Amino acid sequence: MNFDFSDDQKLIQSEARKLLNDKCPPELVRNIMEDEQQPYAEALWRQIGEMGWTATAIPEAYDGLGLGYLELCVIAEELGRAAAPVPFSSTVYLFAEAIKLYGSEAQKKNWLPRVASGELIGCLAAAEGFGNGEQEVEQDGAPPGLQANVSSGRLSGTKLGVADGDVANAAVVHAVGPEGEGLYLVDLAQSGVAREAVKSLDLARSYANLSFESAECELLGDAGTGKQMLADLRDRAAVLFAFEQVGGAEAALDMGVQYTNERFAFGRPVASFQAIKHKFADMFVSKELARSNAYYGAWALSSGAKELPLAAARARVSAIAAYDECSRENLQAHGGMGFTWEFDCHLHYRRAHLLALVIGSGYHWRQLLATRLLAAEI
Amino acid sequence: MDFNDTPELASFRNEIREWLAANARTELPEGVKYGGEAIYAVAKEWYKKTAEAGYACLDWPKEYGGAGLTPLHKVVWAQEVANYAEPDSYFVIGIGNCGPAVTHFSDEKLKQRLLPRMASADDVWCQLFSEPSAGSDLAGLRTQAVQQDDGSWRINGQKIWTSGANHSDYGVVLCRTDTSVSKYKGLTMFILDMKQPGVTVKPIKQMDGNQHFNEVFFSDAEIPDAYRLGEVNQGWGAALLVLMNERMAITAVAPDGFDRFLEFVKSAEIAGQLLRDDPQVRDRLAHWYSQHAGVDASYMRMLTAVSKGGMPGAEGAVGKLIGGRMNQDIANFTLSLMGEAGAVHDAATAMEQAYFQDAALFSPGIRLAGGTDEIMRNIIAEQILGLPQEPRADKGVAFKDIPSGNG
Ligand SMILES: Cc1cc2nc3c(=O)[nH]c(=O)nc-3n(C[C@H](O)[C@H](O)[C@H](O)COP(=O)(O)OP(=O)(O)OC[C@H]3O[C@@H](n4cnc5c(N)ncnc54)[C@H](O)[C@@H]3O)c2cc1C
Repeated sequence: MNFDFSDDQKLIQSEARKLLNDKCPPELVRNIMEDEQQPYAEALWRQIGEMGWTATAIPEAYDGLGLGYLELCVIAEELGRAAAPVPFSSTVYLFAEAIKLYGSEAQKKNWLPRVASGELIGCLAAAEGFGNGEQEVEQDGAPPGLQANVSSGRLSGTKLGVADGDVANAAVVHAVGPEGEGLYLVDLAQSGVAREAVKSLDLARSYANLSFESAECELLGDAGTGKQMLADLRDRAAVLFAFEQVGGAEAALDMGVQYTNERFAFGRPVASFQAIKHKFADMFVSKELARSNAYYGAWALSSGAKELPLAAARARVSAIAAYDECSRENLQAHGGMGFTWEFDCHLHYRRAHLLALVIGSGYHWRQLLATRLLAAEI
Repeated sequence: MDFNDTPELASFRNEIREWLAANARTELPEGVKYGGEAIYAVAKEWYKKTAEAGYACLDWPKEYGGAGLTPLHKVVWAQEVANYAEPDSYFVIGIGNCGPAVTHFSDEKLKQRLLPRMASADDVWCQLFSEPSAGSDLAGLRTQAVQQDDGSWRINGQKIWTSGANHSDYGVVLCRTDTSVSKYKGLTMFILDMKQPGVTVKPIKQMDGNQHFNEVFFSDAEIPDAYRLGEVNQGWGAALLVLMNERMAITAVAPDGFDRFLEFVKSAEIAGQLLRDDPQVRDRLAHWYSQHAGVDASYMRMLTAVSKGGMPGAEGAVGKLIGGRMNQDIANFTLSLMGEAGAVHDAATAMEQAYFQDAALFSPGIRLAGGTDEIMRNIIAEQILGLPQEPRADKGVAFKDIPSGNG
């Protein structure tokens, strides 16, 4: 048993941190937040492609680097730490994974090299309305909520709140086909697709509503297994998102420690007040637990362990709690400054909220974790 | 990153699975409860049995009564023995805290004499640190040790909250040996023979009605110089080593109450509703599981770091802090699910033989023993995050001149 990243993986991580320190300072995140014309940081995204980060876990046969998920995890942590305003998660954790897992040889050949090179942005379009879908009762193989449908190879329907939907070249869409729920690959540059950019809670990440009207699409994976594929895909993404969240939580904690060491009140550093120290201790605890759970998830993901569903849910529940606590309490420790637009506290506060909702909320994942735990033999 | 057993650990796991299946009980004998008095004899018997089978103190060297294996073997053991009811960590204070102190500071002869008997619980050990006026501020302790002409030591004073002192053969005791220097500098640590006329043990009744901790009085108790642990007046460093081990040991046995809660939720039904179907119960279950599992995984990370030559750091405080609070929260939440009848503490009537009522009453102690929640937070804030130390009114002051609040 060895519960740590290798030296090579740590090297990848420190390189990533160096690059992002340099190329993705908070000012860049702000630029994207404040400029509606820039949905994401294009130059940074290009650089990320050149560095091969999007190619990390793509096999060499499809022009990837053929590294594993552990390498992707350490990069995710750094992207989270920097709150990077790029469509990395949609493209890599969701779109590319879907194709890697369920795509035919031809689909892989067609799409993966373009993800690897960084020229393609992908997204996953699942949600159609509010709620996590807990109450959905399956009828005739499809949940009543799912409206998007495919007939004669054409997709129609509407998807709400699709991360990076406004800038993506292609989407994996959850829809009902003739044989039940499925996942469908859709090239978004076609006349049957309309998209409307919508403001997101985290202004540094772009969202859109997508409408399809008889859009061309291809079935991805087996017809009728869409629900299971979507669940598996989200489990895997949960681990990678958890690393982003841990990185973000750590950044928020570090920010708070630094600010309160420098800020004085009552003739002493704010960091010397016990209420503040204990707050930071609790943030540390929550962040450490999230980190350890994320490591366990990384192991399960990278080794294909049967524990993955439980490990992923545990990582996600823990990471949501940690980023929430660290970003919220960091802001609190900044006093009035924390509530200003000018200070960076809200960058992490916003990102924490966004990441706590993407691929399903904390409430949903806690229910899921309970289900899996109660069914598990542990 | 590899969470699987190595072939060696896998075969060890198989071996002990077989042994445990043949030797360990899934339920304690009738009337024996954790925290109660009857469990002491059961624990002694269990330790003896594991020692005879060669499974005591797995990571201690063989010549000291251990098995000469690694901390990872201990983890595997803990995972497997958790499927049984045996009080496998009952003597954790002696073995987890006093053991490393003796290993670290005693000479070879003493180690060979004392450690094997500790491992098999033939001798029971206690930790004599806290005093009436020195708990969180441990270095403020007053029990005095004075060296005699023949080199031996005489000690006078009082300890309090000493767990298991009433059953103990030996203790590790921290004493003041110089009052003219600042409080951290005048302390020395010793082994103490508890079965001598100068030592009087008086059990203290706890709030849960049990009597596990004690007052211990010293009146010219004798300690040979060979029992000294470390240099004279270097006791604080030695004590920190013990406390660090304590937090590691406590984390490893994590008394957070989670496993019991999970078992309860799996099967219990209240007023016709299965708990496992209640979204609020499930929400709490998931939250506590993520913390419980997070502590487990953090412990694995700590072991990985130690196996690569690192030191067990202040991270042990994380498990201690989470576990104590979780235990109390789980008890309170579970009782609230039971409604009015949750107030019944009668084992024959209450659900789960009143385990959760018991837990509500013993869990406050977990948040205090081995350093309070507040002290754990101070440790994390200062030692890990590097935040400023608490302002101290006794800094640089000779011990004898420190205000005590007692006039
Ligand atoms: C069940 C049990 C078993 C025990 N077993 C042993 C044993 O075997 N051996 C042994 O030596 N001791 C033992 N103890 C003693 C235990 O270590 C002490 O009770 C503990 O360290 C607290 O000390 P105290 O009781 O003097 O409380 P105090 O130190 O008086 O603390 C009172 C309150 O003040 C808070 N406080 C104190 N200082 C600070 C600070 N700097 N910042 C913030 N808050 C602070 C504390 O957190 C606490 O809430 C045991 C205690 C219990 C409850």
